Amino acid sequence: MRIAHIASNTFREAVRDRVLYNLIAFALLLSGAAILVGQISIEIEKLVVINLGLTAVSLFGVVIAIFIGIGLVSKEIEKRTLYTVLSRPVRRWEFIVGKFFGLAGTLVVNTFFMAVGVFAALFYVSHKFVRADALILVALYFIVLQFLIVCALALLFSSFSSPLLSAVFAFSLFVIGSFAEDLRNFAALAHGVSRWLATGAAYLVPNFSAFNVITSIAHEQPVAGQLILQNTVYAVFYATMALSGAVLIFEYRDLK
Amino acid sequence: MPAIEILGLEKTYSVGFWRKRPKRALHPLQLTVEDGEIFGFLGPNGAGKTTTLKLLMGLVFPSAGSARILGREWTDPSVKAQIGFLPEQPYFYDYLTAHELLEYYGQLSGVPAKQRKQRVEQVLDKVGLRDVQGVQLRKFSKGMLQRVGIGQAILHDPKLVFFDEPMSGLDPMGRREVRDLMEQLKHEGKTVFFSTHILSDAEALCDRVAIIHKGELRGVGAIEDLTSSVQGKVEVVWQGTQVPASIKALGAECHVTGDRVRAIINENQQDAVIDALRRERLRLIAITPVRTSLEAYFVEKLRRAETTAGRTA
Repeated sequence: MRIAHIASNTFREAVRDRVLYNLIAFALLLSGAAILVGQISIEIEKLVVINLGLTAVSLFGVVIAIFIGIGLVSKEIEKRTLYTVLSRPVRRWEFIVGKFFGLAGTLVVNTFFMAVGVFAALFYVSHKFVRADALILVALYFIVLQFLIVCALALLFSSFSSPLLSAVFAFSLFVIGSFAEDLRNFAALAHGVSRWLATGAAYLVPNFSAFNVITSIAHEQPVAGQLILQNTVYAVFYATMALSGAVLIFEYRDLK
Repeated sequence: MPAIEILGLEKTYSVGFWRKRPKRALHPLQLTVEDGEIFGFLGPNGAGKTTTLKLLMGLVFPSAGSARILGREWTDPSVKAQIGFLPEQPYFYDYLTAHELLEYYGQLSGVPAKQRKQRVEQVLDKVGLRDVQGVQLRKFSKGMLQRVGIGQAILHDPKLVFFDEPMSGLDPMGRREVRDLMEQLKHEGKTVFFSTHILSDAEALCDRVAIIHKGELRGVGAIEDLTSSVQGKVEVVWQGTQVPASIKALGAECHVTGDRVRAIINENQQDAVIDALRRERLRLIAITPVRTSLEAYFVEKLRRAETTAGRTA
Protein backbone atom coordinates (compact mmCIF):
# COMPACT_ATOMS: atom_id res chain seq x y z
CA MET A 1 0.00 0.00 0.00
CA ARG A 2 2.87 2.38 0.84
CA ILE A 3 4.29 1.70 -2.63
CA ALA A 4 0.99 2.86 -4.15
CA HIS A 5 1.07 6.07 -2.10
CA ILE A 6 4.65 6.82 -3.15
CA ALA A 7 3.80 6.04 -6.78
CA SER A 8 0.76 8.26 -6.68
CA ASN A 9 2.76 11.12 -5.18
CA THR A 10 5.43 10.71 -7.86
CA PHE A 11 2.73 10.90 -10.52
CA ARG A 12 1.25 13.99 -8.86
CA GLU A 13 4.70 15.62 -8.82
CA ALA A 14 5.13 15.04 -12.55
CA VAL A 15 1.69 16.48 -13.29
CA ARG A 16 2.20 19.53 -11.07
CA ASP A 17 5.67 20.13 -12.48
CA ARG A 18 3.91 20.40 -15.83
CA VAL A 19 5.63 17.37 -17.36
CA LEU A 20 2.50 16.60 -19.34
CA TYR A 21 2.90 19.97 -21.08
CA ASN A 22 5.11 18.06 -23.51
CA LEU A 23 1.83 16.86 -24.96
CA ILE A 24 1.28 20.33 -26.37
CA ALA A 25 4.60 20.20 -28.22
CA PHE A 26 3.71 16.71 -29.42
CA ALA A 27 0.27 17.81 -30.61
CA LEU A 28 1.77 20.77 -32.48
CA LEU A 29 4.41 18.57 -34.10
CA LEU A 30 1.88 15.98 -35.18
CA SER A 31 -0.76 18.34 -36.49
CA GLY A 32 1.90 20.30 -38.37
CA ALA A 33 3.22 17.10 -39.91
CA ALA A 34 -0.28 15.86 -40.80
CA ILE A 35 -1.14 19.12 -42.54
CA LEU A 36 2.21 19.20 -44.31
CA VAL A 37 2.24 15.60 -45.58
CA GLY A 38 -1.41 15.97 -46.59
CA GLN A 39 -0.15 18.36 -49.23
CA ILE A 40 2.66 16.13 -50.50
CA SER A 41 1.26 12.77 -51.50
CA ILE A 42 -1.77 10.71 -50.61
CA GLU A 43 0.24 7.48 -50.85
CA ILE A 44 2.89 8.22 -48.27
CA GLU A 45 1.01 10.46 -45.90
CA LYS A 46 -0.18 7.58 -43.71
CA LEU A 47 3.31 6.10 -43.67
CA VAL A 48 4.81 9.41 -42.58
CA VAL A 49 2.21 10.03 -39.87
CA ILE A 50 2.73 6.56 -38.35
CA ASN A 51 6.51 6.77 -38.56
CA LEU A 52 6.76 10.30 -37.28
CA GLY A 53 4.03 9.88 -34.68
CA LEU A 54 5.39 6.70 -33.11
CA THR A 55 9.00 7.89 -33.23
CA ALA A 56 7.93 11.09 -31.47
CA VAL A 57 6.01 9.08 -28.86
CA SER A 58 9.14 7.04 -28.24
CA LEU A 59 11.56 9.98 -28.11
CA PHE A 60 9.36 12.24 -26.00
CA GLY A 61 8.81 9.38 -23.56
CA VAL A 62 12.48 8.42 -23.36
CA VAL A 63 13.48 12.04 -22.71
CA ILE A 64 10.85 12.29 -19.93
CA ALA A 65 11.88 8.91 -18.47
CA ILE A 66 15.53 9.93 -18.35
CA PHE A 67 15.08 13.48 -17.12
CA ILE A 68 12.60 12.63 -14.41
CA GLY A 69 14.13 9.27 -13.59
CA ILE A 70 17.62 10.62 -12.93
CA GLY A 71 16.28 13.01 -10.29
CA LEU A 72 13.91 10.62 -8.57
CA VAL A 73 16.37 9.57 -5.88
CA SER A 74 19.20 12.12 -6.09
CA LYS A 75 16.85 15.11 -5.93
CA GLU A 76 15.15 13.67 -2.87
CA ILE A 77 18.51 13.22 -1.17
CA GLU A 78 19.77 16.64 -2.19
CA LYS A 79 16.61 18.42 -1.05
CA ARG A 80 16.34 16.16 2.02
CA THR A 81 12.67 15.41 1.34
CA LEU A 82 13.67 11.79 1.77
CA TYR A 83 14.44 12.24 5.48
CA THR A 84 10.81 12.66 6.47
CA VAL A 85 9.80 9.71 4.29
CA LEU A 86 12.40 7.19 5.44
CA SER A 87 11.97 8.14 9.09
CA ARG A 88 8.49 6.62 8.76
CA PRO A 89 7.73 2.93 8.49
CA VAL A 90 8.77 2.97 4.82
CA ARG A 91 11.43 0.53 3.68
CA ARG A 92 14.02 1.76 1.27
CA TRP A 93 13.04 -0.78 -1.39
CA GLU A 94 9.43 0.36 -1.13
CA PHE A 95 10.55 3.90 -1.86
CA ILE A 96 12.47 2.85 -5.00
CA VAL A 97 9.70 0.59 -6.29
CA GLY A 98 7.07 3.26 -5.56
CA LYS A 99 9.09 5.85 -7.45
CA PHE A 100 9.46 3.45 -10.39
CA PHE A 101 5.74 2.79 -10.65
CA GLY A 102 5.00 6.50 -10.27
CA LEU A 103 7.23 7.36 -13.20
CA ALA A 104 6.04 4.39 -15.24
CA GLY A 105 2.44 5.48 -14.58
CA THR A 106 3.25 9.02 -15.73
CA LEU A 107 4.71 7.65 -18.95
CA VAL A 108 1.76 5.35 -19.58
CA VAL A 109 -0.69 8.25 -19.19
CA ASN A 110 1.52 10.44 -21.38
CA THR A 111 1.72 7.70 -24.00
CA PHE A 112 -2.04 7.22 -23.89
CA PHE A 113 -2.65 10.87 -24.78
CA MET A 114 0.02 10.76 -27.47
CA ALA A 115 -1.53 7.61 -28.90
CA VAL A 116 -4.87 9.40 -29.11
CA GLY A 117 -3.01 12.14 -30.99
CA VAL A 118 -1.44 9.64 -33.41
CA PHE A 119 -4.79 8.03 -34.17
CA ALA A 120 -6.41 11.44 -34.60
CA ALA A 121 -3.68 12.48 -37.06
CA LEU A 122 -4.10 9.17 -38.87
CA PHE A 123 -7.83 9.71 -39.17
CA TYR A 124 -7.20 13.25 -40.39
CA VAL A 125 -5.00 12.05 -43.27
CA SER A 126 -6.83 8.85 -44.25
CA HIS A 127 -10.40 9.72 -43.13
CA LYS A 128 -10.95 6.15 -41.92
CA PHE A 129 -9.43 3.39 -39.83
CA VAL A 130 -8.51 -0.02 -41.26
CA ARG A 131 -7.87 -3.29 -39.42
CA ALA A 132 -4.09 -2.99 -39.89
CA ASP A 133 -4.11 0.24 -37.88
CA ALA A 134 -4.59 -1.88 -34.76
CA LEU A 135 -0.93 -2.90 -35.20
CA ILE A 136 -0.05 0.58 -33.99
CA LEU A 137 -1.19 -0.59 -30.56
CA VAL A 138 1.52 -3.28 -30.63
CA ALA A 139 4.15 -0.66 -31.46
CA LEU A 140 2.85 1.50 -28.62
CA TYR A 141 3.01 -1.48 -26.27
CA PHE A 142 6.65 -2.07 -27.24
CA ILE A 143 7.38 1.61 -26.69
CA VAL A 144 5.90 1.39 -23.17
CA LEU A 145 8.05 -1.69 -22.50
CA GLN A 146 11.09 0.34 -23.56
CA PHE A 147 10.05 3.07 -21.14
CA LEU A 148 9.98 0.56 -18.28
CA ILE A 149 13.59 -0.38 -19.01
CA VAL A 150 14.70 3.24 -19.38
CA CYS A 151 12.91 4.23 -16.13
CA ALA A 152 14.58 1.40 -14.23
CA LEU A 153 17.99 2.29 -15.66
CA ALA A 154 17.56 5.98 -14.83
CA LEU A 155 16.61 5.02 -11.29
CA LEU A 156 19.60 2.68 -11.05
CA PHE A 157 22.00 5.47 -12.03
CA SER A 158 20.16 7.96 -9.85
CA SER A 159 20.72 5.74 -6.83
CA PHE A 160 24.48 6.25 -6.87
CA SER A 161 25.50 9.14 -9.11
CA SER A 162 24.74 12.79 -9.76
CA PRO A 163 21.84 13.77 -12.04
CA LEU A 164 24.21 14.91 -14.80
CA LEU A 165 26.19 11.66 -14.86
CA SER A 166 23.00 9.65 -14.56
CA ALA A 167 21.61 11.44 -17.62
CA VAL A 168 24.79 10.74 -19.58
CA PHE A 169 24.81 7.04 -18.58
CA ALA A 170 21.11 6.50 -19.24
CA PHE A 171 21.08 8.31 -22.56
CA SER A 172 24.25 6.51 -23.72
CA LEU A 173 22.71 3.17 -22.84
CA PHE A 174 19.57 4.09 -24.74
CA VAL A 175 21.58 4.99 -27.85
CA ILE A 176 23.83 1.89 -27.63
CA GLY A 177 20.80 -0.27 -26.87
CA SER A 178 19.07 1.02 -29.98
CA PHE A 179 21.98 -0.44 -31.99
CA ALA A 180 22.22 -3.63 -29.91
CA GLU A 181 21.47 -5.79 -32.94
CA ASP A 182 24.42 -4.25 -34.83
CA LEU A 183 26.60 -4.80 -31.78
CA ARG A 184 25.64 -8.48 -31.74
CA ASN A 185 26.40 -8.79 -35.45
CA PHE A 186 29.77 -7.16 -34.88
CA ALA A 187 30.47 -9.57 -32.00
CA ALA A 188 29.75 -12.51 -34.29
CA LEU A 189 32.32 -11.25 -36.78
CA ALA A 190 35.02 -10.30 -34.25
CA HIS A 191 37.85 -12.54 -32.99
CA GLY A 192 39.70 -13.09 -29.73
CA VAL A 193 39.32 -10.66 -26.85
CA SER A 194 37.30 -8.14 -28.87
CA ARG A 195 34.78 -10.91 -29.61
CA TRP A 196 34.38 -11.61 -25.90
CA LEU A 197 34.11 -7.94 -25.06
CA ALA A 198 31.64 -7.19 -27.84
CA THR A 199 29.51 -10.21 -26.97
CA GLY A 200 29.49 -9.25 -23.29
CA ALA A 201 28.55 -5.66 -24.09
CA ALA A 202 25.90 -6.75 -26.59
CA TYR A 203 24.12 -8.87 -24.02
CA LEU A 204 24.59 -6.42 -21.17
CA VAL A 205 23.10 -3.36 -22.86
CA PRO A 206 19.33 -3.37 -23.28
CA ASN A 207 18.34 -4.63 -26.71
CA PHE A 208 16.07 -1.79 -27.76
CA SER A 209 16.35 -2.64 -31.44
CA ALA A 210 14.06 -5.65 -30.83
CA PHE A 211 11.37 -3.22 -29.64
CA ASN A 212 11.46 -1.05 -32.74
CA VAL A 213 8.73 -2.30 -35.04
CA ILE A 214 7.61 1.14 -36.19
CA THR A 215 8.78 0.83 -39.79
CA SER A 216 7.32 -2.64 -40.33
CA ILE A 217 4.02 -1.58 -38.78
CA ALA A 218 3.90 1.51 -40.98
CA HIS A 219 4.11 -0.93 -43.90
CA GLU A 220 1.28 -2.94 -42.35
CA GLN A 221 3.46 -6.00 -41.70
CA PRO A 222 2.12 -8.09 -38.81
CA VAL A 223 4.13 -8.68 -35.62
CA ALA A 224 4.69 -12.28 -34.50
CA GLY A 225 3.02 -13.24 -31.22
CA GLN A 226 6.32 -14.80 -30.16
CA LEU A 227 8.06 -11.43 -30.44
CA ILE A 228 5.40 -9.83 -28.25
CA LEU A 229 5.91 -12.51 -25.60
CA GLN A 230 9.68 -12.39 -25.91
CA ASN A 231 9.82 -8.60 -25.61
CA THR A 232 7.45 -8.63 -22.64
CA VAL A 233 9.54 -11.17 -20.75
CA TYR A 234 12.77 -9.39 -21.70
CA ALA A 235 11.52 -5.95 -20.60
CA VAL A 236 10.14 -7.22 -17.31
CA PHE A 237 13.33 -9.16 -16.62
CA TYR A 238 15.66 -6.29 -17.55
CA ALA A 239 13.66 -3.68 -15.63
CA THR A 240 13.50 -5.98 -12.59
CA MET A 241 17.26 -6.50 -12.69
CA ALA A 242 17.99 -2.78 -13.00
CA LEU A 243 15.50 -2.01 -10.26
CA SER A 244 17.02 -4.68 -8.01
CA GLY A 245 20.42 -3.08 -8.60
CA ALA A 246 18.98 0.31 -7.61
CA VAL A 247 17.44 -1.20 -4.47
CA LEU A 248 20.68 -2.96 -3.53
CA ILE A 249 22.74 0.21 -3.87
CA PHE A 250 20.17 2.36 -2.12
CA GLU A 251 19.72 -0.08 0.76
CA TYR A 252 23.29 0.49 1.90
CA ARG A 253 23.70 4.13 1.00
CA ASP A 254 24.32 6.74 3.68
CA LEU A 255 22.05 9.74 3.21
CA LYS A 256 24.51 12.44 4.24
CA MET B 1 11.85 1.31 30.19
CA PRO B 2 14.04 4.05 28.70
CA ALA B 3 12.71 5.68 25.54
CA ILE B 4 16.14 5.67 23.91
CA GLU B 5 19.25 3.67 24.72
CA ILE B 6 22.23 4.47 22.55
CA LEU B 7 24.76 1.68 22.94
CA GLY B 8 28.09 2.79 21.55
CA LEU B 9 26.87 4.11 18.23
CA GLU B 10 29.72 5.53 16.22
CA LYS B 11 30.19 6.83 12.73
CA THR B 12 33.27 7.24 10.59
CA TYR B 13 32.96 8.61 7.07
CA SER B 14 35.46 8.14 4.27
CA VAL B 15 36.41 11.48 2.82
CA GLY B 16 38.51 12.47 -0.17
CA PHE B 17 38.02 11.64 -3.82
CA TRP B 18 40.96 9.47 -4.70
CA ARG B 19 42.74 8.58 -1.48
CA LYS B 20 39.98 7.97 0.99
CA ARG B 21 40.78 8.81 4.57
CA PRO B 22 38.58 8.20 7.59
CA LYS B 23 36.85 11.08 9.33
CA ARG B 24 35.19 10.30 12.60
CA ALA B 25 31.88 12.13 12.91
CA LEU B 26 30.78 10.41 16.09
CA HIS B 27 32.85 8.65 18.74
CA PRO B 28 31.20 5.70 20.50
CA LEU B 29 28.17 7.26 22.15
CA GLN B 30 26.47 5.90 25.27
CA LEU B 31 23.30 7.72 26.19
CA THR B 32 19.98 6.95 27.80
CA VAL B 33 16.86 9.06 27.51
CA GLU B 34 14.09 8.27 29.95
CA ASP B 35 10.47 7.90 29.00
CA GLY B 36 8.45 11.13 29.21
CA GLU B 37 11.31 13.59 29.49
CA ILE B 38 12.36 16.49 27.32
CA PHE B 39 15.97 15.80 26.52
CA GLY B 40 18.24 18.42 25.00
CA PHE B 41 21.12 17.39 22.81
CA LEU B 42 23.48 20.35 22.83
CA GLY B 43 26.55 21.18 20.89
CA PRO B 44 28.05 23.76 18.56
CA ASN B 45 27.55 23.46 14.81
CA GLY B 46 29.28 20.37 13.44
CA ALA B 47 29.44 18.67 16.84
CA GLY B 48 27.72 15.46 15.68
CA LYS B 49 24.13 16.19 16.73
CA THR B 50 22.62 15.70 13.30
CA THR B 51 24.77 12.63 12.66
CA THR B 52 23.41 11.07 15.85
CA LEU B 53 19.85 11.81 14.81
CA LYS B 54 20.43 10.46 11.31
CA LEU B 55 21.86 7.27 12.81
CA LEU B 56 18.80 6.85 15.00
CA MET B 57 16.49 7.48 12.03
CA GLY B 58 18.33 4.90 9.90
CA LEU B 59 19.33 7.53 7.34
CA VAL B 60 23.02 6.72 7.78
CA PHE B 61 24.49 3.45 8.96
CA PRO B 62 26.72 3.21 12.02
CA SER B 63 30.33 2.06 11.81
CA ALA B 64 29.72 0.23 15.10
CA GLY B 65 27.30 0.09 17.99
CA SER B 66 23.56 -0.18 18.24
CA ALA B 67 20.56 1.44 19.88
CA ARG B 68 17.20 0.58 21.32
CA ILE B 69 14.19 2.80 20.84
CA LEU B 70 11.05 2.23 22.91
CA GLY B 71 12.49 -1.11 23.99
CA ARG B 72 13.07 -2.45 20.50
CA GLU B 73 16.02 -2.58 18.12
CA TRP B 74 16.26 0.79 16.40
CA THR B 75 16.31 -0.88 12.99
CA ASP B 76 12.95 -2.56 13.59
CA PRO B 77 10.56 -0.91 11.06
CA SER B 78 7.65 -1.08 13.53
CA VAL B 79 9.54 1.36 15.78
CA LYS B 80 9.21 4.05 13.13
CA ALA B 81 5.43 4.06 13.39
CA GLN B 82 5.87 5.37 16.92
CA ILE B 83 8.45 8.06 16.36
CA GLY B 84 8.27 11.46 14.74
CA PHE B 85 11.20 13.32 13.21
CA LEU B 86 11.76 16.93 12.24
CA PRO B 87 15.02 17.32 10.29
CA GLU B 88 17.13 20.45 10.49
CA GLN B 89 15.96 23.11 8.01
CA PRO B 90 13.29 20.85 6.58
CA TYR B 91 12.32 20.94 2.94
CA PHE B 92 9.16 19.34 1.71
CA TYR B 93 7.49 18.51 -1.58
CA ASP B 94 6.74 22.10 -2.53
CA TYR B 95 4.15 21.19 -5.16
CA LEU B 96 1.88 19.94 -2.39
CA THR B 97 -0.32 21.98 -0.11
CA ALA B 98 0.11 21.68 3.66
CA HIS B 99 -3.04 19.57 3.81
CA GLU B 100 -1.91 17.24 1.01
CA LEU B 101 1.54 16.82 2.55
CA LEU B 102 0.14 15.85 5.94
CA GLU B 103 -2.35 13.52 4.25
CA TYR B 104 0.51 11.86 2.35
CA TYR B 105 2.66 11.45 5.46
CA GLY B 106 -0.37 10.10 7.29
CA GLN B 107 -0.71 7.44 4.60
CA LEU B 108 2.98 6.53 4.86
CA SER B 109 2.77 6.33 8.64
CA GLY B 110 -0.14 3.93 8.38
CA VAL B 111 -2.75 6.20 10.00
CA PRO B 112 -6.13 4.61 9.10
CA ALA B 113 -8.09 6.63 6.52
CA LYS B 114 -10.97 7.37 8.90
CA GLN B 115 -8.71 8.91 11.55
CA ARG B 116 -6.40 10.55 9.06
CA LYS B 117 -8.71 13.33 7.97
CA GLN B 118 -9.49 14.28 11.56
CA ARG B 119 -5.86 14.03 12.61
CA VAL B 120 -4.68 16.26 9.74
CA GLU B 121 -7.24 18.90 10.71
CA GLN B 122 -6.16 18.74 14.37
CA VAL B 123 -2.49 19.09 13.53
CA LEU B 124 -3.11 21.99 11.13
CA ASP B 125 -4.89 23.75 13.98
CA LYS B 126 -2.14 22.91 16.44
CA VAL B 127 0.63 24.38 14.30
CA GLY B 128 -1.47 27.34 13.21
CA LEU B 129 -1.67 26.53 9.51
CA ARG B 130 -5.41 26.00 9.15
CA ASP B 131 -5.88 29.21 7.15
CA VAL B 132 -3.18 28.36 4.61
CA GLN B 133 -3.79 24.63 4.33
CA GLY B 134 -4.69 24.91 0.64
CA VAL B 135 -1.61 26.91 -0.36
CA GLN B 136 1.28 25.13 -2.08
CA LEU B 137 4.36 24.87 0.13
CA ARG B 138 6.50 26.68 -2.46
CA LYS B 139 4.75 29.85 -1.31
CA PHE B 140 5.52 29.27 2.38
CA SER B 141 8.03 31.26 4.42
CA LYS B 142 10.82 29.52 6.35
CA GLY B 143 8.89 29.82 9.60
CA MET B 144 5.76 28.35 8.04
CA LEU B 145 7.77 25.43 6.66
CA GLN B 146 9.13 24.83 10.15
CA ARG B 147 5.54 24.62 11.41
CA VAL B 148 4.72 22.13 8.65
CA GLY B 149 7.77 20.17 9.76
CA ILE B 150 6.60 20.07 13.33
CA GLY B 151 3.12 19.12 12.15
CA GLN B 152 4.36 16.15 10.13
CA ALA B 153 6.48 14.99 13.07
CA ILE B 154 3.51 14.77 15.44
CA LEU B 155 0.86 13.83 12.87
CA HIS B 156 0.68 10.13 13.67
CA ASP B 157 0.63 10.76 17.42
CA PRO B 158 4.09 9.27 18.07
CA LYS B 159 5.33 8.29 21.52
CA LEU B 160 8.77 9.75 20.89
CA VAL B 161 9.58 12.86 18.88
CA PHE B 162 13.00 13.87 17.55
CA PHE B 163 13.47 17.52 16.65
CA ASP B 164 16.67 18.67 14.99
CA GLU B 165 17.12 22.39 15.71
CA PRO B 166 13.36 23.01 15.95
CA MET B 167 13.65 26.74 16.71
CA SER B 168 15.84 27.44 13.70
CA GLY B 169 14.32 30.06 11.42
CA LEU B 170 11.54 31.00 13.81
CA ASP B 171 10.77 34.48 15.11
CA PRO B 172 10.42 34.99 18.90
CA MET B 173 6.69 34.26 18.78
CA GLY B 174 7.26 31.13 16.75
CA ARG B 175 9.95 29.97 19.18
CA ARG B 176 7.61 30.50 22.06
CA GLU B 177 4.92 28.46 20.31
CA VAL B 178 7.34 25.60 19.68
CA ARG B 179 8.38 25.65 23.33
CA ASP B 180 4.73 25.50 24.37
CA LEU B 181 4.13 22.65 21.97
CA MET B 182 7.06 20.69 23.37
CA GLU B 183 5.79 21.19 26.88
CA GLN B 184 2.37 20.08 25.75
CA LEU B 185 3.88 16.93 24.24
CA LYS B 186 5.61 16.19 27.53
CA HIS B 187 2.32 16.81 29.33
CA GLU B 188 0.72 14.22 27.02
CA GLY B 189 3.32 11.73 28.21
CA LYS B 190 5.52 11.81 25.13
CA THR B 191 9.29 11.85 25.08
CA VAL B 192 10.97 14.72 23.25
CA PHE B 193 14.58 14.52 22.11
CA PHE B 194 15.76 17.73 20.53
CA SER B 195 19.06 19.03 19.36
CA THR B 196 19.94 22.68 19.59
CA HIS B 197 22.80 25.09 19.91
CA ILE B 198 20.51 27.72 21.46
CA LEU B 199 21.16 27.19 25.15
CA SER B 200 18.34 29.37 26.47
CA ASP B 201 15.85 27.05 24.74
CA ALA B 202 17.40 24.04 26.40
CA GLU B 203 17.54 25.75 29.77
CA ALA B 204 13.87 26.69 29.56
CA LEU B 205 12.62 23.31 28.40
CA CYS B 206 14.79 20.36 29.21
CA ASP B 207 14.65 17.93 32.07
CA ARG B 208 18.11 16.72 31.13
CA VAL B 209 20.70 17.64 28.56
CA ALA B 210 23.74 16.06 26.96
CA ILE B 211 26.62 18.09 25.57
CA ILE B 212 28.45 16.86 22.52
CA HIS B 213 31.52 18.39 20.94
CA LYS B 214 33.59 17.15 18.00
CA GLY B 215 31.62 13.91 18.03
CA GLU B 216 32.29 13.18 21.69
CA LEU B 217 29.92 13.29 24.62
CA ARG B 218 31.17 15.85 27.15
CA GLY B 219 28.52 15.77 29.84
CA VAL B 220 25.02 14.54 30.65
CA GLY B 221 22.69 15.49 33.45
CA ALA B 222 19.70 17.38 34.78
CA ILE B 223 19.89 21.12 34.22
CA GLU B 224 19.79 21.74 37.99
CA ASP B 225 22.70 19.36 38.56
CA LEU B 226 24.78 20.89 35.84
CA THR B 227 24.10 24.48 36.74
CA SER B 228 24.10 24.46 40.56
CA SER B 229 26.75 23.95 43.23
CA VAL B 230 29.56 24.72 40.88
CA GLN B 231 30.48 27.89 42.68
CA GLY B 232 28.81 27.41 46.12
CA LYS B 233 27.86 31.08 46.18
CA VAL B 234 24.70 32.96 47.11
CA GLU B 235 23.27 36.28 46.07
CA VAL B 236 22.01 38.57 48.85
CA VAL B 237 19.75 41.51 47.99
CA TRP B 238 18.82 44.25 50.46
CA GLN B 239 17.16 47.63 50.31
CA GLY B 240 19.43 50.65 50.43
CA THR B 241 22.39 52.11 48.67
CA GLN B 242 25.12 51.44 51.23
CA VAL B 243 27.34 48.43 51.74
CA PRO B 244 28.25 47.92 55.43
CA ALA B 245 32.00 47.85 56.09
CA SER B 246 31.78 44.35 57.63
CA ILE B 247 30.28 43.01 54.38
CA LYS B 248 32.95 44.79 52.34
CA ALA B 249 35.55 43.16 54.60
CA LEU B 250 34.26 39.73 53.58
CA GLY B 251 35.41 40.49 50.07
CA ALA B 252 31.84 40.45 48.72
CA GLU B 253 31.23 41.51 45.14
CA CYS B 254 28.56 44.27 45.45
CA HIS B 255 26.46 46.12 42.87
CA VAL B 256 24.11 49.01 43.63
CA THR B 257 21.14 49.40 41.33
CA GLY B 258 18.54 52.05 42.22
CA ASP B 259 17.67 51.51 45.87
CA ARG B 260 18.92 47.95 46.00
CA VAL B 261 22.25 46.34 46.66
CA ARG B 262 23.18 42.91 45.36
CA ALA B 263 26.12 41.08 46.89
CA ILE B 264 27.63 37.79 45.82
CA ILE B 265 29.18 35.96 48.77
CA ASN B 266 30.34 32.48 49.68
CA GLU B 267 27.65 30.22 51.12
CA ASN B 268 29.51 30.03 54.47
CA GLN B 269 29.47 33.83 54.79
CA GLN B 270 25.66 33.96 54.66
CA ASP B 271 25.09 34.21 58.45
CA ALA B 272 27.71 36.94 58.87
CA VAL B 273 26.07 39.04 56.14
CA ILE B 274 22.59 38.61 57.67
CA ASP B 275 23.95 39.68 61.07
CA ALA B 276 25.60 42.73 59.51
CA LEU B 277 22.32 43.76 57.80
CA ARG B 278 20.44 43.38 61.10
CA ARG B 279 22.98 45.52 62.91
CA GLU B 280 22.72 48.24 60.28
CA ARG B 281 18.88 47.90 60.25
CA LEU B 282 18.83 47.26 56.51
CA ARG B 283 15.88 45.38 55.01
CA LEU B 284 16.81 42.00 53.55
CA ILE B 285 14.92 41.26 50.33
CA ALA B 286 16.26 37.92 49.07
CA ILE B 287 18.93 35.27 49.41
CA THR B 288 19.25 32.94 46.44
CA PRO B 289 21.89 30.43 45.47
CA VAL B 290 23.97 31.53 42.53
CA ARG B 291 23.58 29.10 39.66
CA THR B 292 26.03 28.84 36.87
CA SER B 293 24.11 29.38 33.66
CA LEU B 294 23.91 26.49 31.25
CA GLU B 295 25.87 28.66 28.87
CA ALA B 296 28.73 29.02 31.37
CA TYR B 297 28.72 25.27 31.95
CA PHE B 298 28.65 24.63 28.22
CA VAL B 299 31.48 27.02 27.47
CA GLU B 300 33.52 25.55 30.30
CA LYS B 301 33.01 22.02 28.96
CA LEU B 302 34.04 23.00 25.47
CA ARG B 303 37.05 24.92 26.74
CA ARG B 304 38.16 21.92 28.76
CA ALA B 305 37.72 19.68 25.73
CA GLU B 306 39.81 22.04 23.61
CA THR B 307 42.56 22.13 26.26
CA THR B 308 42.64 18.33 26.50
CA ALA B 309 42.78 18.04 22.72
CA GLY B 310 45.60 20.59 22.62
CA ARG B 311 47.61 18.65 25.22
CA THR B 312 47.09 15.35 23.39
CA ALA B 313 48.25 16.93 20.15
